[in-house]
Amino acid sequence: MSFSIYLTQITDVSIYPIISLSIFVIFFISVSVWVYSISKADISSMKQIPFNEK
Amino acid sequence: MQSETFYYDNKIPKLFAIACVFWGAVGMLLGVIIAFELAFPLLNFSDYFPYLSFGRLRPVHTNAVIFAFVGNGIFTAVYYALPRLLKAPMWSKALSKLHFWGWQFIIVCAAVTLMLGYTTGKEYAELEWPIDILITVVWVIFGVNMFGTILTRRERHLYVAIWFFIASWVTVAMLHIVNSFEMPVSFLKSYSWYAGVQDALVQWWYGHNAVAFFLTTPYLGLMYYFLPKAVERPVYSYRLSIIHFWSLIFLYIWAGPHHLLYTALPDWAQSLGTAFSVMLILPSWGGMLNGLFTMRGAWDKVREDPVLKFFVVALTCYGMSTFEGPMLSLKNVNAISHYSDWTIAHVHVGALGWNGFLTFGMMYWLIPKLFNAKLYSRKLAANHFWLGTLGIILYAIPMYWDAFRSYFMMKAFTPEGQLQYQFIDVVNTTIPFYIIRAVGGTIYLVGVFVMIYNLVKTARSGSFIADEVATAPALAKAYKAPTNSIWHSLIERKPILLLVLSLIVVGIGGLIELVPTFLVKSNVPTIASVKPYTPLELQGRDIYIREGCYNCHSQMIRPFRYEVTRYGEYSKAGEFVYDHPFQWGSKRTGPDLARLGGKYNDLWHFNHMINPAEFIEGSIMPHYPHLYDDELDTTGTISKIHAMRKLGVPYEENYEAIANKDLRTQAIQIKNNLVTESNGKIKISDKKEIIALIAYLQRLGKDIKIETTSK
Repeated sequence: MSFSIYLTQITDVSIYPIISLSIFVIFFISVSVWVYSISKADISSMKQIPFNEK
Repeated sequence: MQSETFYYDNKIPKLFAIACVFWGAVGMLLGVIIAFELAFPLLNFSDYFPYLSFGRLRPVHTNAVIFAFVGNGIFTAVYYALPRLLKAPMWSKALSKLHFWGWQFIIVCAAVTLMLGYTTGKEYAELEWPIDILITVVWVIFGVNMFGTILTRRERHLYVAIWFFIASWVTVAMLHIVNSFEMPVSFLKSYSWYAGVQDALVQWWYGHNAVAFFLTTPYLGLMYYFLPKAVERPVYSYRLSIIHFWSLIFLYIWAGPHHLLYTALPDWAQSLGTAFSVMLILPSWGGMLNGLFTMRGAWDKVREDPVLKFFVVALTCYGMSTFEGPMLSLKNVNAISHYSDWTIAHVHVGALGWNGFLTFGMMYWLIPKLFNAKLYSRKLAANHFWLGTLGIILYAIPMYWDAFRSYFMMKAFTPEGQLQYQFIDVVNTTIPFYIIRAVGGTIYLVGVFVMIYNLVKTARSGSFIADEVATAPALAKAYKAPTNSIWHSLIERKPILLLVLSLIVVGIGGLIELVPTFLVKSNVPTIASVKPYTPLELQGRDIYIREGCYNCHSQMIRPFRYEVTRYGEYSKAGEFVYDHPFQWGSKRTGPDLARLGGKYNDLWHFNHMINPAEFIEGSIMPHYPHLYDDELDTTGTISKIHAMRKLGVPYEENYEAIANKDLRTQAIQIKNNLVTESNGKIKISDKKEIIALIAYLQRLGKDIKIETTSK
């Protein structure tokens, strides 16, 4: 008895990995676009936060 | 806006730091003890009492290091860094104290119950249900305090370290709750809500992400705060840190199934786990490089500053284990590494190198700050650094070497097609590697004691600053973001939204991975011959779980020639439908037991459990004499059967009424077998625990055998 038997019983099982990958690619691209649209001034003020404690 | 004066409380970070170092030393000491136990089984002292045997002590070690050492390390960092990054004291001093003492109470409860044998039998989630509830309560207290602080902050932007803290908090909460669904049977006994394949998937979804969201992401938060502070320059790329954050939390959650390659888990879930694990290397290395590049222009300081020395090696170990992790997720590599010492080496490069060294670096930086003193001795810290590094090398290399060596021995066949080596041959040749590993661990531990001495001396030379004064203007209520940054104001200035988004991001992976596997349940062709455990077998199974047998024995035969020849027919998903919890195991220090039933007679098991080495020369298994003295507690049989039926195990209605009668009948049968097989030499009461354990061991894997025979 092979485990692939379970797979054949889920309709369109191959859709799961494809959905997963697409979600990630879209997500990754959106985050990258978002991050690179942050202004330089904002970025440098944010990275200085640990040095402005007092 | 008018400036406000407030105080950073150092008392709580100090307490957490002390607890972190203390439990770290305890957890690592336990690690050294169990490492020596594997090399010298007499150290189990199992002839005298069961509490220190490997099966019971190993979970205490793993839980102590993960939740007590690293846990308190995380809280030290959060309680120190969070108020400073937000320019606000912690929201509630009372909640801070409750959190601290609550967590330490949980640790003590964990250590005591695990040694007494109260365990759920699921790795890194062994604690029983009342402690699970306590963990939830304390975790919520921590979350409320953290969010209270965030919401009363004086700094508009949330620094990236805080993102890591938030995501870790919410994901650990989700993992803990989902994996800890269990049906209480008595005050300190429960059965996992899930069974077999589902239980395995949920457990390793949890197990992998406990590594991700307890040992990694909060420590990345720690790194993003303490590293720039120690180098005295900002993080190399803040943009990269944001990409690092989102892609890491997104990808990590999918990778769980790579712990179950070649098992009875459906193939598509295995492939999904592999694909996402390989992709994980990108954000992980992005983070590592971001850390290392932060030191650009400051490398000369690494020669002098012990803090930076520890940070550099920590980041290097992070890089090594996050390269190794994806490699181990490839099926062909995993075939070698799974169940072997390779996994142990991999984990320890992460735990000793990444978590350990980052914690030590943080302590060498933090304690002088808290006590307004100079570090007592840089030389001692440097010695600690070299002891630690040597310890890691001596730990990891023998384990890698042993994994490959064992693999080649395990899969060797003679020209006639017989297995060339017995399992015990492999064990016997492994002992020297276990000894070197234990020595490596000891050296690492000596380094920790050197650090403790150095830190105590440092603290004594200064005076503790209980409260640090700071001033900052309050946040303006009506804030208008600059026109070009309206996008970003959506997230990093809105902590609750950040929390929700993090939950969605980690939730997607969890859902896509878990839901189909649960749906499959209705489609799994049940194997007709697989029946629920008899009451005696069920009791025996609970003893198997109590003694922590799963720490050394797997119950999952992979479809390889050398495994099938050695252990029998490979395991099928349908065989585990009544296993609450599953007991597949993750390491084979002893052989697989999935098809143990019927392999030997009852007498063999009876004699073997008293002194395994007498039967199998060179066996390193502990002895279990207490099973021959202690009577089986049958008062719980009824509630156990009842709980199992509630979880979907098809015991007949009202079976509880006759369960103990059936139990006794089977026990008497085994007792009689022992008398017959030993020609009357062995006479033992049928009420002893060993009888139940024999019943369980003799049942293992037999359902399929019956099916095969009947065909």
